[in-house]
Amino acid sequence: MGEKILMKGNEAIGEAAIRAGCRFYFGYPITPQSELTAYMAKKLLKMEDAAFVQAESEIAAINMVYGAAATGVRTMTSSSSPGISLKQEGISYIACAELPCVIVNMQRGGPGLGSIQPGQADYFQATKGGGHGDYHLIVLAPSSVQELVDLTMNAFDLADKYTNPVMILGDGLIGQMMEAVEFKERKKISLPDKERWALTGCKGREKNYIVPFNLDPYEMEKTNFKIQKKYNELKEKEVRYETINLDNADLIVVAYGTVARIIKTVIDNAKKEGINIGLIRPITLFPFPDKIIAETSEKINKFLVVEMSLGQMVEDVKLAVNGRVEVNFYGRVGGVIPTQSEILNEIKKYLK
Amino acid sequence: MKKVFERPKSLTKDPFTYCPGCHHGIAHRLVAEALDDFGVREKTIGVCPVGCSVFAYVFFDCDMICAAHGRAPAVATGIKKSKPDSIVFTYQGDGDLASIGTAEIVHAANRGENITVIFINNAIYGMTGGQMAPTTLVGQVTQTSPYGRDPKTMGYPIKVAEMLSTLKGVAYISRVALSKPAYILKAKKAIKKAFQTQVEGKGFSLVEVLSTCPTNWGLSPIEANKWLEENMIPYFPLGEFKTPEEVS
Ligand SMILES: Cc1ncc(C[n+]2csc(CCOP(=O)(O)OP(=O)(O)O)c2C)c(N)n1
Ligand code: SF4
Ligand SMILES: [Mg+2]
Repeated sequence: MGEKILMKGNEAIGEAAIRAGCRFYFGYPITPQSELTAYMAKKLLKMEDAAFVQAESEIAAINMVYGAAATGVRTMTSSSSPGISLKQEGISYIACAELPCVIVNMQRGGPGLGSIQPGQADYFQATKGGGHGDYHLIVLAPSSVQELVDLTMNAFDLADKYTNPVMILGDGLIGQMMEAVEFKERKKISLPDKERWALTGCKGREKNYIVPFNLDPYEMEKTNFKIQKKYNELKEKEVRYETINLDNADLIVVAYGTVARIIKTVIDNAKKEGINIGLIRPITLFPFPDKIIAETSEKINKFLVVEMSLGQMVEDVKLAVNGRVEVNFYGRVGGVIPTQSEILNEIKKYLK
Repeated sequence: MKKVFERPKSLTKDPFTYCPGCHHGIAHRLVAEALDDFGVREKTIGVCPVGCSVFAYVFFDCDMICAAHGRAPAVATGIKKSKPDSIVFTYQGDGDLASIGTAEIVHAANRGENITVIFINNAIYGMTGGQMAPTTLVGQVTQTSPYGRDPKTMGYPIKVAEMLSTLKGVAYISRVALSKPAYILKAKKAIKKAFQTQVEGKGFSLVEVLSTCPTNWGLSPIEANKWLEENMIPYFPLGEFKTPEEVS
């Protein structure tokens, strides 16, 4: 422990998951995250009390996760955009059944089969539910390989704590990137007992059952209210974000993941030209850091949201700002990564 | 006095809610008896489907989970992988297993998952009110084959037991019926063998159970049994299609 290892993002997630106690992985190959599936095969097939299954489809993979999660083990699946679309029914079941699991989406350009280059156009799908019904995932957006590691480990704890699926929302760039990472010793946190609900055989107790349905609408409504309560708690307790240079910025950029990384360089370059740019980088996309955005909009009146989409997170920023100031948007899509200079040019338009 | 007939321990006290003459209840009982016989109730995890038997979780007195429509074999795979010492079964209808869940059943069988599948073939979609199933017979009238199933455009009924028997990973497959006591006794044996296959760690087992749906067939319970014997059995022959040597 403590030493730094050079690792590819996708493999770093796998190692972090295993160190967090995940022994059950189910997945289906898709670029740009296949290295993660391969890493889990390499490791888990050699481990005791562990399983790796290359599922017949993403649909099967998420349903295997559902089954494994129901027995109380730490389990995960990973995919990229089209594969995540296929998983949605299963994710909705897992959210309804209130089971913990981790789902990784290394987004690529869409829609359709799209491209295999990085994208951020699955933001709506990830943060607004994605499948049918009123539910949310906890959505974590790393912007470096180190953060990928840390957030993957946190993801399993959050999933257990809230008995809710957690999504790591990365993109092809961060998945493919090599960086030095450290697997830090984690302090043990106390998590709720799974015995209450886990399917382990009914020896010595009443049977447990997991049924994500109720034909009585009033009972089903109660289930919804119960789940909703967790989301309110998440909004209270689990919001995470990074801020840079908020105090005397001429303009605030809001960006997450890979784009936020690019913005950090833009900030340095702009400084040389005498332009002060601030950054709000949401780390949790759900729960969304709306308070800090709202507070900042009381002080600074120029906002620009940059995404690798045609405008998705910008809607949440606008809701947070609530009409107080103008929120502008710049996006590239389809697998195109916005460059530093084009972003800086965009910023200059609003500073005239 | 010796009790010769009682409720299996693996069934709860809740009365079945299936329609009169429906075979789901008999099939449940046979599964419960097999779990009792092997003494595995307390380490069993059952997976119910979406279909009339979505309520199986109410009736089986063991840990239960409800899968999405067709996905029970994938859910069972996840359970068995993470709890290899448990006894895992799925209970699925023909729409569930042979239509929307075709990929999941084929691949669970092909991987040789050590699970038991109870496959209820009633030649119809019961729960949604009587639409064509992949097992609906040629000429059979349903809501969505109102002029009878026409194989030219709707294909022929799928013989699941035969199809899956071709897979090397499969250990035990048989097809049974429940329309008369002699068949029920054979079905009981087959279901027991299927669970024995799993208990002994021999791999994938499946019992296809030809069943009635009097409600959606538009027949009385007695007529339904007759219809099953005259129409389904000739097309879906009963018998064992695959047995691991030691279990046969
Ligand atoms: C994804 C999805 N598609 C469709 C349905 C609707 N649906 C519920 S049960 C069912 C058919 C069930 O038929 P079968 O599997 O034959 O079971 P039976 O009721 O006959 O026992 C369908 C189509 C659903 N619940 N989920
Ligand atoms: S609709 Fe058919 S399958 Fe469903 S309970 Fe009634 S008889 Fe049985
Ligand atoms: Mg049916």
